[in-house]
Amino acid sequence: MRNRTAIWPALALTAPLVLFLACAYALPFLGVALWSVTLPELGTGQYQRLVGDPLVASVFTRTFRICLVVTVVAVAAAYAITYVWVRGSRLQRRVIEICIFVPFWISLLTRAFGWLALLSNRGLFNSWMQALGLIDGPLALVRNQPSVIAGMVHVLIPFAVLPLASAMRAVDERVLLAARGMGASRLRIFWSVFLPLTLPGVIGATLIVFVFSLGFFVTPAILGGGRSIMVAELVYLRMFQSPDWGLGAAISVALVILVAALMALLSRFARLALTGGGK
Amino acid sequence: MKIQRPGPLAVALALAVGAFLLLPLLAVVPISFTPSRMLSMPQGSLSLTHYRQLIDNPDWLSAILLSTKVGVLTSVISTALATSFALGIWMLQPRFSSLLVGFVLLPMIVPPVVSAMTLYFLLTGLSRFSQAIGFDSVIGVTMAHIVMTVPFAVVMVLVALAQVDRRIDLAARGLGATVSQRIFHVILPNIGFGVATAALLVFVLSWEEIGVTLFITSVDAITLPRLMWMGLRDNVDPAIAAISVVLIVITTLVLLMRMAFQRRPEFEEE
Repeated sequence: MRNRTAIWPALALTAPLVLFLACAYALPFLGVALWSVTLPELGTGQYQRLVGDPLVASVFTRTFRICLVVTVVAVAAAYAITYVWVRGSRLQRRVIEICIFVPFWISLLTRAFGWLALLSNRGLFNSWMQALGLIDGPLALVRNQPSVIAGMVHVLIPFAVLPLASAMRAVDERVLLAARGMGASRLRIFWSVFLPLTLPGVIGATLIVFVFSLGFFVTPAILGGGRSIMVAELVYLRMFQSPDWGLGAAISVALVILVAALMALLSRFARLALTGGGK
Repeated sequence: MKIQRPGPLAVALALAVGAFLLLPLLAVVPISFTPSRMLSMPQGSLSLTHYRQLIDNPDWLSAILLSTKVGVLTSVISTALATSFALGIWMLQPRFSSLLVGFVLLPMIVPPVVSAMTLYFLLTGLSRFSQAIGFDSVIGVTMAHIVMTVPFAVVMVLVALAQVDRRIDLAARGLGATVSQRIFHVILPNIGFGVATAALLVFVLSWEEIGVTLFITSVDAITLPRLMWMGLRDNVDPAIAAISVVLIVITTLVLLMRMAFQRRPEFEEE
């Protein structure tokens, strides 16, 4: 049925938020973009540094490497937990729901601190291992790259769960029944039927997790201990420690372009999944 | 009927992931009872020193109060803006709306560090007119939090609106209701739960916000996460363990309450 609401009242309702964000978000972003070509002098010098400056380039490379590892681990872990969440018994579903959603709502800082409490020199793990006599001195488990990866995976798993769950719920039960009827084992059904059918969800989850991981700041800054700096932390340092706003602005603009490209890819996959995956 | 139940291997893997997710939260609890002034496991005796500090130390108290104030303000304004926007989108037909919704969701998609830089630009610019609304001010922080949380509120309210039966609105219109009557007497009463959930979510997000707050505050507008950040980077203050336990307990209680009040569990299958 056609909605015959006059268009003006409806537009007027949307106006406050749209105007607010235009003034408080869109315009200032243009200002940041302007900084990237005017600070310290007019030109594209800052963008050349993104690829030319060995420090900046190495931070970008490290960020991509960490984000790739994080994405693969987070999506695989999320697949395992989502599988049981969607297809498990009632009790299994309840337990897993708590495991996923309680951490999800707890702040990044508290969670990063949790990793410190667990892994630092006098933390839970080292204290217990020493008490048991399994190790002589504390192992250096935080302020390094693996702890950054663990912390990021911890934050990103729930974001991968949601697209995976919707893909798994969309699997037609009759297809699995048919596979069973033709004598396939449970493993075979999973490997040759279930997994391929949920692949669009896996791709969606991968892209979402990768996009989110690129801009991570708090977790790497605390767990990395300043040694394995990622792009977002570099922006922070260039803003507040060695003022180089032009470079910070250029990195910001580059990140936005990268994320926009990945999101365009994601929406294409989402459309493919909608038109091709359901049939 | 379900034929493909997860086997023991799948369950074991899922539980391992679940343990991975809960472990760092649980590790905070014993640390918070340490008598030592350094981050360490309690050896022998337990102590509530660090919990006392949360009350005795004026820094923690004022940070908690400031975060609450900013959270409430952000929650009210953000939810109001988002509800008005979502109502407009619901009444408007899809042609314009996808573009508008896409624009409004930007702060959720853009990497937080870019939003932080953008808001830093905005607030340092505003500081030139008045210190009270710019960098390192309560109003500035609130404004930034509204920008960062409003997309989540919009999503929540839109989801609630998608479940409203359009025919009741048509009936109201057929009976000659004005736009404001339709909104206040017909549509809003039907999405009350969604709007309340959005307000709660926005409060939690603002209460926890650090990525942007870090860029736009320095000495005056110290929110709770900002204070935690300062105590986290170098030598870790165990008072953070105490506040973390408090936050974890509150969050868990709110979640359990929400689960109890929710009429139809979102993620449950029928």
